[in-house]
Amino acid sequence: MPTFVYMTRCDGCGHCVDICPSDIMHIDKTYRRAYNIEPNMCWECYSCVKACPQNAIDVRGYADFAPLGHSVRVLREEKKGTVSWRLKFRDGREKSFVSPVRTTPWGSIKGPAEYDAPRPEDFARQELAHEPDALNTNQPLPALRPDQLKLGLG
Amino acid sequence: MGLFGGRKTVFVDADILVIGGGMAGCGATYESRYWGRDLKIVCVEKANIERSGAVAQGLYAINCYMGMQWGENRPEDHVRYARNDLMGLVREDLGYDIARHVDSTVHKFEEWGLPIMRDPKTGRYQREGKWQIMIHGESYKPIVAEAARKAATRVYNRIMVTHLLMDSSRKNRVAGAVGFNVRTGDFHVFRAKAVIVSAGGASHIFKPRSVGEGMGRTWYAPWSSASAYGLPIMVGAKMTQMENRIVLTRFKDGYGPVGAYFLHLKTYTQNGYGEEYEKRWYEDTKALVGDYIDRHPVPTCLRNHAILKEVAAGRGPIRMVTKEAF
Repeated sequence: MPTFVYMTRCDGCGHCVDICPSDIMHIDKTYRRAYNIEPNMCWECYSCVKACPQNAIDVRGYADFAPLGHSVRVLREEKKGTVSWRLKFRDGREKSFVSPVRTTPWGSIKGPAEYDAPRPEDFARQELAHEPDALNTNQPLPALRPDQLKLGLG
Repeated sequence: MGLFGGRKTVFVDADILVIGGGMAGCGATYESRYWGRDLKIVCVEKANIERSGAVAQGLYAINCYMGMQWGENRPEDHVRYARNDLMGLVREDLGYDIARHVDSTVHKFEEWGLPIMRDPKTGRYQREGKWQIMIHGESYKPIVAEAARKAATRVYNRIMVTHLLMDSSRKNRVAGAVGFNVRTGDFHVFRAKAVIVSAGGASHIFKPRSVGEGMGRTWYAPWSSASAYGLPIMVGAKMTQMENRIVLTRFKDGYGPVGAYFLHLKTYTQNGYGEEYEKRWYEDTKALVGDYIDRHPVPTCLRNHAILKEVAAGRGPIRMVTKEAF
Protein backbone atom coordinates (compact mmCIF):
# COMPACT_ATOMS: atom_id res chain seq x y z
CA MET A 1 0.00 0.00 0.00
CA PRO A 2 1.28 3.50 -0.71
CA THR A 3 3.12 5.80 1.59
CA PHE A 4 1.51 7.62 4.47
CA VAL A 5 2.86 10.31 6.77
CA TYR A 6 2.84 10.43 10.55
CA MET A 7 1.54 13.95 10.99
CA THR A 8 3.13 14.38 14.40
CA ARG A 9 6.63 13.60 13.11
CA CYS A 10 6.52 15.50 9.80
CA ASP A 11 7.80 19.06 10.00
CA GLY A 12 6.89 19.98 6.44
CA CYS A 13 10.51 20.26 5.23
CA GLY A 14 9.65 19.04 1.73
CA HIS A 15 12.47 16.54 1.12
CA CYS A 16 9.87 13.99 0.05
CA VAL A 17 8.27 16.50 -2.31
CA ASP A 18 11.65 17.16 -3.86
CA ILE A 19 12.52 13.51 -4.47
CA CYS A 20 9.23 11.73 -5.29
CA PRO A 21 9.55 10.38 -8.85
CA SER A 22 5.77 10.28 -9.22
CA ASP A 23 5.30 13.85 -7.91
CA ILE A 24 2.60 12.72 -5.52
CA MET A 25 4.12 13.75 -2.19
CA HIS A 26 2.80 17.24 -1.56
CA ILE A 27 2.58 19.60 1.40
CA ASP A 28 -0.91 20.24 2.65
CA LYS A 29 -1.44 23.98 2.48
CA THR A 30 -3.45 24.19 5.68
CA TYR A 31 -1.60 21.79 7.96
CA ARG A 32 1.92 22.26 6.51
CA ARG A 33 2.49 18.51 6.55
CA ALA A 34 3.35 16.15 3.69
CA TYR A 35 0.78 13.74 2.33
CA ASN A 36 0.37 11.38 -0.59
CA ILE A 37 -2.03 13.05 -3.02
CA GLU A 38 -2.49 10.10 -5.40
CA PRO A 39 -2.05 6.70 -3.76
CA ASN A 40 -2.84 4.82 -7.00
CA MET A 41 0.28 6.21 -8.62
CA CYS A 42 2.63 5.31 -5.77
CA TRP A 43 5.24 2.70 -6.69
CA GLU A 44 6.30 2.17 -3.09
CA CYS A 45 9.80 2.99 -4.26
CA TYR A 46 10.72 4.23 -0.78
CA SER A 47 12.55 7.26 -2.22
CA CYS A 48 10.61 9.60 0.09
CA VAL A 49 10.86 7.23 3.06
CA LYS A 50 14.67 7.24 2.76
CA ALA A 51 14.82 10.98 2.16
CA CYS A 52 12.76 11.95 5.21
CA PRO A 53 14.99 13.37 7.98
CA GLN A 54 12.23 12.84 10.55
CA ASN A 55 11.47 9.20 9.64
CA ALA A 56 7.90 10.38 9.31
CA ILE A 57 6.92 8.39 6.23
CA ASP A 58 5.89 4.77 6.29
CA VAL A 59 4.60 2.25 3.78
CA ARG A 60 1.98 -0.24 4.75
CA GLY A 61 1.92 -3.65 3.08
CA TYR A 62 -1.13 -4.64 1.04
CA ALA A 63 -3.76 -6.07 3.32
CA ASP A 64 -4.50 -9.06 1.09
CA PHE A 65 -1.12 -10.68 1.67
CA ALA A 66 0.61 -8.58 4.33
CA PRO A 67 -1.75 -8.41 7.28
CA LEU A 68 -1.86 -5.37 9.48
CA GLY A 69 0.43 -5.22 12.44
CA HIS A 70 3.72 -5.59 10.60
CA SER A 71 6.23 -2.92 9.77
CA VAL A 72 9.00 -2.33 7.25
CA ARG A 73 11.54 0.30 8.24
CA VAL A 74 14.54 1.45 6.25
CA LEU A 75 17.61 3.51 7.04
CA ARG A 76 19.85 4.68 4.22
CA GLU A 77 23.19 5.98 5.42
CA GLU A 78 25.02 7.69 2.58
CA LYS A 79 28.29 8.24 4.43
CA LYS A 80 28.51 4.62 5.48
CA GLY A 81 27.36 3.53 2.04
CA THR A 82 24.74 1.16 3.43
CA VAL A 83 21.01 0.62 3.49
CA SER A 84 19.46 -1.25 6.42
CA TRP A 85 16.02 -2.84 6.47
CA ARG A 86 14.11 -4.14 9.47
CA LEU A 87 10.99 -6.19 8.95
CA LYS A 88 8.66 -6.92 11.82
CA PHE A 89 6.08 -9.64 11.36
CA ARG A 90 2.75 -9.58 13.10
CA ASP A 91 3.72 -12.51 15.32
CA GLY A 92 6.72 -10.57 16.61
CA ARG A 93 9.45 -12.12 14.49
CA GLU A 94 11.98 -9.68 13.13
CA LYS A 95 14.37 -9.80 10.21
CA SER A 96 17.16 -7.35 9.51
CA PHE A 97 19.17 -6.84 6.35
CA VAL A 98 22.11 -4.58 5.60
CA SER A 99 23.42 -4.05 2.06
CA PRO A 100 26.14 -1.88 0.62
CA VAL A 101 24.88 0.82 -1.72
CA ARG A 102 28.11 2.34 -2.89
CA THR A 103 31.79 1.40 -2.76
CA THR A 104 33.22 4.87 -3.47
CA PRO A 105 32.71 8.26 -1.74
CA TRP A 106 29.74 10.32 -2.93
CA GLY A 107 30.83 12.96 -5.38
CA SER A 108 33.95 11.05 -6.43
CA ILE A 109 32.89 10.20 -10.00
CA LYS A 110 35.23 11.59 -12.62
CA GLY A 111 33.21 13.63 -15.10
CA PRO A 112 33.53 12.79 -18.79
CA ALA A 113 35.29 16.09 -19.55
CA GLU A 114 38.09 15.21 -17.10
CA TYR A 115 39.35 12.51 -19.45
CA ASP A 116 41.58 13.22 -22.44
CA ALA A 117 39.52 14.67 -25.24
CA PRO A 118 38.85 12.31 -28.13
CA ARG A 119 41.05 12.83 -31.19
CA PRO A 120 39.47 14.08 -34.42
CA GLU A 121 39.80 10.64 -36.03
CA ASP A 122 37.90 9.05 -33.12
CA PHE A 123 34.69 10.73 -34.26
CA ALA A 124 34.63 8.53 -37.35
CA ARG A 125 34.86 5.35 -35.28
CA GLN A 126 32.12 3.25 -33.70
CA GLU A 127 33.51 3.20 -30.16
CA LEU A 128 31.60 5.01 -27.42
CA ALA A 129 33.28 6.80 -24.51
CA HIS A 130 36.17 4.88 -22.92
CA GLU A 131 36.04 2.09 -25.50
CA PRO A 132 37.68 -0.17 -26.35
CA ASP A 133 39.75 0.06 -23.11
CA ALA A 134 36.72 -0.21 -20.80
CA LEU A 135 35.72 -3.52 -22.44
CA ASN A 136 38.65 -5.12 -20.56
CA THR A 137 39.18 -7.52 -23.44
CA ASN A 138 42.37 -6.16 -25.04
CA GLN A 139 40.40 -6.52 -28.26
CA PRO A 140 38.80 -3.98 -30.54
CA LEU A 141 35.07 -3.30 -30.23
CA PRO A 142 33.23 -6.20 -31.89
CA ALA A 143 31.71 -5.27 -35.24
CA LEU A 144 28.92 -6.96 -37.11
CA ARG A 145 29.38 -8.42 -40.57
CA PRO A 146 26.31 -8.46 -42.82
CA ASP A 147 26.58 -12.24 -43.21
CA GLN A 148 25.98 -12.61 -39.48
CA LEU A 149 22.47 -11.15 -39.77
CA LYS A 150 19.17 -12.96 -40.20
CA LEU A 151 20.48 -16.44 -39.63
CA GLY A 152 17.05 -17.71 -38.63
CA LEU A 153 16.63 -20.23 -35.87
CA GLY A 154 19.78 -20.71 -33.86
CA MET B 1 -6.42 33.46 -13.29
CA GLY B 2 -6.65 29.74 -12.62
CA LEU B 3 -3.87 27.33 -11.77
CA PHE B 4 -1.45 28.50 -14.47
CA GLY B 5 -2.60 32.11 -14.60
CA GLY B 6 0.67 33.60 -13.46
CA ARG B 7 2.93 31.38 -15.51
CA LYS B 8 6.05 32.57 -17.26
CA THR B 9 7.58 31.41 -20.51
CA VAL B 10 11.22 30.40 -20.26
CA PHE B 11 13.45 30.06 -23.33
CA VAL B 12 16.50 27.80 -23.18
CA ASP B 13 19.01 27.42 -26.00
CA ALA B 14 21.33 24.42 -26.10
CA ASP B 15 23.55 22.46 -28.44
CA ILE B 16 22.25 19.09 -27.28
CA LEU B 17 18.90 18.61 -25.56
CA VAL B 18 18.36 15.32 -23.73
CA ILE B 19 14.69 14.65 -22.96
CA GLY B 20 14.28 12.36 -19.98
CA GLY B 21 16.79 11.90 -17.19
CA GLY B 22 16.41 8.22 -16.44
CA MET B 23 19.17 5.70 -17.01
CA ALA B 24 19.20 6.30 -20.78
CA GLY B 25 19.06 10.07 -20.47
CA CYS B 26 21.86 10.14 -17.91
CA GLY B 27 23.93 7.94 -20.21
CA ALA B 28 23.19 10.14 -23.22
CA THR B 29 24.19 13.23 -21.23
CA TYR B 30 27.47 11.63 -20.15
CA GLU B 31 28.24 10.42 -23.65
CA SER B 32 27.38 13.82 -25.14
CA ARG B 33 29.83 15.55 -22.86
CA TYR B 34 32.59 13.02 -23.57
CA TRP B 35 32.38 13.80 -27.27
CA GLY B 36 31.32 17.44 -27.08
CA ARG B 37 33.56 19.15 -24.57
CA ASP B 38 32.51 22.72 -25.34
CA LEU B 39 28.84 22.11 -26.05
CA LYS B 40 25.91 23.31 -24.02
CA ILE B 41 24.24 20.08 -22.96
CA VAL B 42 20.87 20.26 -21.24
CA CYS B 43 18.99 17.37 -19.66
CA VAL B 44 15.27 17.78 -18.94
CA GLU B 45 13.45 15.46 -16.54
CA LYS B 46 9.89 15.47 -15.24
CA ALA B 47 10.95 14.27 -11.78
CA ASN B 48 14.31 14.67 -10.03
CA ILE B 49 17.15 12.82 -11.76
CA GLU B 50 18.46 11.67 -8.37
CA ARG B 51 15.50 9.26 -8.28
CA SER B 52 13.69 9.14 -11.57
CA GLY B 53 12.82 6.73 -14.32
CA ALA B 54 12.32 3.01 -14.03
CA VAL B 55 15.43 2.58 -11.85
CA ALA B 56 14.26 5.16 -9.28
CA GLN B 57 13.95 2.65 -6.48
CA GLY B 58 17.03 0.64 -7.46
CA LEU B 59 17.53 -2.75 -9.05
CA TYR B 60 18.97 -5.99 -7.72
CA ALA B 61 20.44 -7.13 -11.04
CA ILE B 62 21.78 -5.93 -14.34
CA ASN B 63 19.86 -8.02 -16.79
CA CYS B 64 22.17 -7.75 -19.75
CA TYR B 65 25.90 -8.31 -19.42
CA MET B 66 27.93 -10.22 -21.99
CA GLY B 67 31.03 -10.99 -19.94
CA MET B 68 33.26 -10.70 -23.02
CA GLN B 69 36.30 -10.22 -20.78
CA TRP B 70 35.86 -13.78 -19.53
CA GLY B 71 34.64 -15.23 -22.80
CA GLU B 72 31.17 -15.86 -21.36
CA ASN B 73 28.99 -14.52 -24.18
CA ARG B 74 29.46 -12.63 -27.41
CA PRO B 75 27.12 -9.94 -28.78
CA GLU B 76 26.04 -12.36 -31.50
CA ASP B 77 24.95 -14.83 -28.80
CA HIS B 78 22.66 -12.16 -27.41
CA VAL B 79 21.23 -11.42 -30.84
CA ARG B 80 20.53 -15.15 -31.24
CA TYR B 81 18.78 -15.23 -27.86
CA ALA B 82 16.66 -12.17 -28.66
CA ARG B 83 15.84 -13.45 -32.14
CA ASN B 84 14.55 -16.73 -30.73
CA ASP B 85 12.67 -15.13 -27.88
CA LEU B 86 10.92 -12.65 -30.18
CA MET B 87 10.46 -15.25 -32.92
CA GLY B 88 12.41 -13.36 -35.52
CA LEU B 89 10.70 -9.98 -35.07
CA VAL B 90 13.87 -8.23 -34.09
CA ARG B 91 16.14 -5.52 -35.44
CA GLU B 92 19.31 -7.56 -35.08
CA ASP B 93 21.62 -4.64 -35.77
CA LEU B 94 20.16 -2.64 -32.88
CA GLY B 95 20.31 -5.59 -30.50
CA TYR B 96 23.88 -6.25 -31.53
CA ASP B 97 24.88 -2.65 -30.96
CA ILE B 98 23.45 -2.60 -27.44
CA ALA B 99 25.10 -5.91 -26.63
CA ARG B 100 28.56 -4.91 -27.77
CA HIS B 101 28.55 -1.68 -25.74
CA VAL B 102 26.95 -2.95 -22.54
CA ASP B 103 30.08 -4.43 -20.97
CA SER B 104 32.05 -1.19 -21.00
CA THR B 105 29.05 0.61 -19.48
CA VAL B 106 28.78 -1.91 -16.65
CA HIS B 107 32.52 -1.64 -15.98
CA LYS B 108 32.10 2.11 -15.67
CA PHE B 109 29.24 1.64 -13.17
CA GLU B 110 31.51 -0.52 -11.03
CA GLU B 111 34.31 2.04 -11.22
CA TRP B 112 31.85 4.75 -10.12
CA GLY B 113 30.95 2.73 -7.03
CA LEU B 114 28.06 0.40 -7.88
CA PRO B 115 28.57 -2.73 -5.73
CA ILE B 116 28.58 -5.72 -8.10
CA MET B 117 28.65 -9.16 -6.50
CA ARG B 118 31.43 -11.49 -7.50
CA ASP B 119 31.70 -15.24 -7.50
CA PRO B 120 34.17 -15.98 -4.69
CA LYS B 121 35.67 -18.93 -6.61
CA THR B 122 36.15 -17.43 -10.05
CA GLY B 123 36.32 -13.71 -9.21
CA ARG B 124 33.90 -13.04 -12.04
CA TYR B 125 30.62 -11.19 -11.65
CA GLN B 126 28.05 -13.37 -9.89
CA ARG B 127 25.53 -14.65 -12.42
CA GLU B 128 21.94 -15.52 -11.67
CA GLY B 129 21.15 -16.39 -15.26
CA LYS B 130 22.92 -16.50 -18.59
CA TRP B 131 22.66 -12.72 -19.05
CA GLN B 132 22.06 -11.41 -15.53
CA ILE B 133 24.61 -10.29 -12.97
CA MET B 134 23.78 -9.54 -9.36
CA ILE B 135 24.31 -6.13 -7.81
CA HIS B 136 23.55 -4.25 -4.61
CA GLY B 137 21.58 -1.71 -6.60
CA GLU B 138 19.80 0.46 -4.03
CA SER B 139 21.76 3.52 -5.19
CA TYR B 140 22.07 2.53 -8.84
CA LYS B 141 20.20 5.63 -9.99
CA PRO B 142 21.81 8.17 -7.62
CA ILE B 143 25.25 6.95 -8.78
CA VAL B 144 24.40 7.31 -12.46
CA ALA B 145 22.69 10.65 -11.77
CA GLU B 146 25.92 11.93 -10.20
CA ALA B 147 27.79 11.13 -13.41
CA ALA B 148 25.09 12.87 -15.46
CA ARG B 149 25.12 15.99 -13.31
CA LYS B 150 28.87 16.24 -13.79
CA ALA B 151 28.38 15.94 -17.53
CA ALA B 152 25.45 18.30 -18.10
CA THR B 153 25.70 22.05 -18.45
CA ARG B 154 22.38 22.14 -16.65
CA VAL B 155 19.78 19.63 -15.52
CA TYR B 156 16.18 20.85 -15.48
CA ASN B 157 14.17 18.85 -12.97
CA ARG B 158 10.36 18.78 -12.81
CA ILE B 159 9.85 19.81 -16.42
CA MET B 160 7.44 17.61 -18.35
CA VAL B 161 8.22 17.77 -22.06
CA THR B 162 5.05 17.39 -24.09
CA HIS B 163 5.95 18.12 -27.72
CA LEU B 164 8.95 18.26 -30.03
CA LEU B 165 9.48 21.39 -32.12
CA MET B 166 10.23 21.18 -35.83
CA ASP B 167 12.77 23.37 -37.57
CA SER B 168 11.02 26.07 -39.61
CA SER B 169 13.69 26.27 -42.30
CA ARG B 170 14.90 22.69 -42.63
CA LYS B 171 12.34 20.07 -43.41
CA ASN B 172 11.97 17.02 -41.15
CA ARG B 173 14.45 18.29 -38.63
CA VAL B 174 13.67 18.48 -34.92
CA ALA B 175 14.85 21.77 -33.45
CA GLY B 176 13.75 21.58 -29.84
CA ALA B 177 10.94 20.77 -27.48
CA VAL B 178 8.37 22.41 -25.25
CA GLY B 179 7.20 21.47 -21.81
CA PHE B 180 6.02 22.88 -18.53
CA ASN B 181 7.20 22.89 -14.97
CA VAL B 182 4.94 20.50 -13.10
CA ARG B 183 5.08 22.65 -9.98
CA THR B 184 4.79 26.22 -11.23
CA GLY B 185 3.21 25.69 -14.63
CA ASP B 186 5.97 27.78 -16.24
CA PHE B 187 6.15 27.06 -19.94
CA HIS B 188 9.60 26.05 -21.21
CA VAL B 189 10.79 26.32 -24.78
CA PHE B 190 14.02 24.46 -25.51
CA ARG B 191 15.81 25.15 -28.78
CA ALA B 192 18.67 22.82 -29.65
CA LYS B 193 20.89 21.72 -32.50
CA ALA B 194 20.34 18.09 -31.63
CA VAL B 195 17.61 16.45 -29.57
CA ILE B 196 17.86 13.04 -27.94
CA VAL B 197 14.59 11.47 -26.79
CA SER B 198 15.37 9.18 -23.88
CA ALA B 199 11.96 9.33 -22.26
CA GLY B 200 10.15 6.41 -20.68
CA GLY B 201 7.91 3.65 -21.95
CA ALA B 202 4.30 3.09 -21.07
CA SER B 203 2.68 1.50 -18.07
CA HIS B 204 -1.00 1.16 -17.20
CA ILE B 205 -1.96 0.45 -20.82
CA PHE B 206 -4.19 -2.41 -19.76
CA LYS B 207 -6.71 -2.52 -16.99
CA PRO B 208 -5.00 -3.98 -13.96
CA ARG B 209 -6.19 -7.42 -13.03
CA SER B 210 -5.74 -6.73 -9.35
CA VAL B 211 -8.59 -5.01 -7.59
CA GLY B 212 -9.07 -2.95 -4.46
CA GLU B 213 -5.79 -1.97 -2.93
CA GLY B 214 -3.90 -3.72 -5.68
CA MET B 215 -5.20 -1.46 -8.45
CA GLY B 216 -2.02 0.57 -8.70
CA ARG B 217 0.37 -2.32 -8.30
CA THR B 218 2.61 -2.54 -11.31
CA TRP B 219 6.04 -3.90 -11.89
CA TYR B 220 7.02 -1.09 -14.22
CA ALA B 221 7.13 2.50 -13.01
CA PRO B 222 3.55 3.81 -12.77
CA TRP B 223 4.61 7.30 -13.89
CA SER B 224 5.79 6.10 -17.32
CA SER B 225 3.46 7.93 -19.67
CA ALA B 226 4.82 6.72 -23.03
CA SER B 227 6.68 9.91 -23.94
CA ALA B 228 9.32 7.78 -25.67
CA TYR B 229 6.65 6.84 -28.21
CA GLY B 230 4.39 9.88 -28.14
CA LEU B 231 7.02 12.56 -28.72
CA PRO B 232 8.57 11.05 -31.88
CA ILE B 233 5.29 9.71 -33.32
CA MET B 234 3.64 13.13 -33.14
CA VAL B 235 6.33 14.63 -35.38
CA GLY B 236 6.24 11.73 -37.81
CA ALA B 237 9.38 9.88 -36.76
CA LYS B 238 9.80 6.39 -38.10
CA MET B 239 9.37 3.98 -35.22
CA THR B 240 10.97 0.58 -35.16
CA GLN B 241 10.31 -2.63 -33.24
CA MET B 242 6.78 -1.53 -32.44
CA GLU B 243 5.60 -5.04 -33.36
CA ASN B 244 6.93 -6.20 -30.05
CA ARG B 245 5.13 -5.31 -26.91
CA ILE B 246 6.47 -6.73 -23.71
CA VAL B 247 3.64 -8.53 -21.98
CA LEU B 248 4.77 -10.11 -18.76
CA THR B 249 2.89 -12.70 -16.84
CA ARG B 250 2.08 -11.55 -13.36
CA PHE B 251 0.92 -13.74 -10.52
CA LYS B 252 -1.26 -12.71 -7.66
CA ASP B 253 0.70 -11.08 -4.84
CA GLY B 254 3.93 -11.29 -6.80
CA TYR B 255 4.13 -8.03 -8.65
CA GLY B 256 7.83 -8.15 -9.28
CA PRO B 257 9.42 -9.49 -12.44
CA VAL B 258 8.58 -13.19 -12.51
CA GLY B 259 11.88 -13.96 -14.21
CA ALA B 260 13.48 -13.45 -10.82
CA TYR B 261 11.23 -16.07 -9.27
CA PHE B 262 11.87 -18.55 -12.05
CA LEU B 263 15.60 -17.98 -12.32
CA HIS B 264 16.67 -17.17 -8.83
CA LEU B 265 14.22 -19.04 -6.68
CA LYS B 266 13.56 -21.91 -9.10
CA THR B 267 9.80 -21.63 -8.83
CA TYR B 268 7.44 -23.21 -11.37
CA THR B 269 3.82 -22.88 -12.43
CA GLN B 270 0.82 -25.17 -12.19
CA ASN B 271 -2.76 -25.02 -13.37
CA GLY B 272 -5.72 -24.94 -11.01
CA TYR B 273 -5.53 -28.73 -10.57
CA GLY B 274 -1.90 -28.71 -9.60
CA GLU B 275 -0.81 -30.10 -12.98
CA GLU B 276 2.07 -29.18 -15.21
CA TYR B 277 0.32 -27.74 -18.25
CA GLU B 278 2.97 -26.32 -20.60
CA LYS B 279 3.75 -29.68 -22.24
CA ARG B 280 0.05 -30.22 -22.95
CA TRP B 281 0.13 -27.36 -25.46
CA TYR B 282 3.35 -28.42 -27.15
CA GLU B 283 1.81 -29.95 -30.31
CA ASP B 284 -0.80 -27.20 -30.59
CA THR B 285 1.82 -24.47 -30.40
CA LYS B 286 4.21 -26.32 -32.69
CA ALA B 287 1.51 -26.39 -35.35
CA LEU B 288 1.24 -22.64 -34.99
CA VAL B 289 4.86 -21.55 -34.85
CA GLY B 290 6.96 -24.53 -35.85
CA ASP B 291 10.44 -24.92 -34.50
CA TYR B 292 10.35 -21.91 -32.19
CA ILE B 293 8.66 -24.07 -29.55
CA ASP B 294 11.80 -26.25 -29.43
CA ARG B 295 14.14 -23.38 -28.67
CA HIS B 296 15.85 -23.05 -25.35
CA PRO B 297 14.76 -20.96 -23.60
CA VAL B 298 11.19 -21.33 -24.91
CA PRO B 299 10.11 -17.91 -26.23
CA THR B 300 8.34 -15.94 -23.51
CA CYS B 301 5.30 -15.27 -25.69
CA LEU B 302 4.79 -19.00 -26.24
CA ARG B 303 4.90 -19.70 -22.53
CA ASN B 304 2.32 -16.94 -22.08
CA HIS B 305 0.29 -18.50 -24.89
CA ALA B 306 0.17 -21.79 -22.99
CA ILE B 307 -1.16 -19.95 -19.94
CA LEU B 308 -3.91 -18.29 -21.99
CA LYS B 309 -4.90 -21.58 -23.65
CA GLU B 310 -4.96 -23.40 -20.34
CA VAL B 311 -7.17 -20.76 -18.74
CA ALA B 312 -9.45 -20.73 -21.78
CA ALA B 313 -9.74 -24.52 -21.46
CA GLY B 314 -11.16 -24.01 -17.98
CA ARG B 315 -8.23 -25.26 -15.97
CA GLY B 316 -7.15 -21.99 -14.44
CA PRO B 317 -6.07 -20.19 -12.48
CA ILE B 318 -2.39 -20.61 -13.15
CA ARG B 319 -0.43 -20.48 -9.96
CA MET B 320 3.22 -19.99 -9.26
CA VAL B 321 4.43 -22.58 -6.79
CA THR B 322 6.65 -20.83 -4.30
CA LYS B 323 6.43 -22.92 -1.13
CA GLU B 324 9.38 -25.13 -2.05
CA ALA B 325 11.53 -22.19 -3.11
CA PHE B 326 10.90 -20.21 0.03
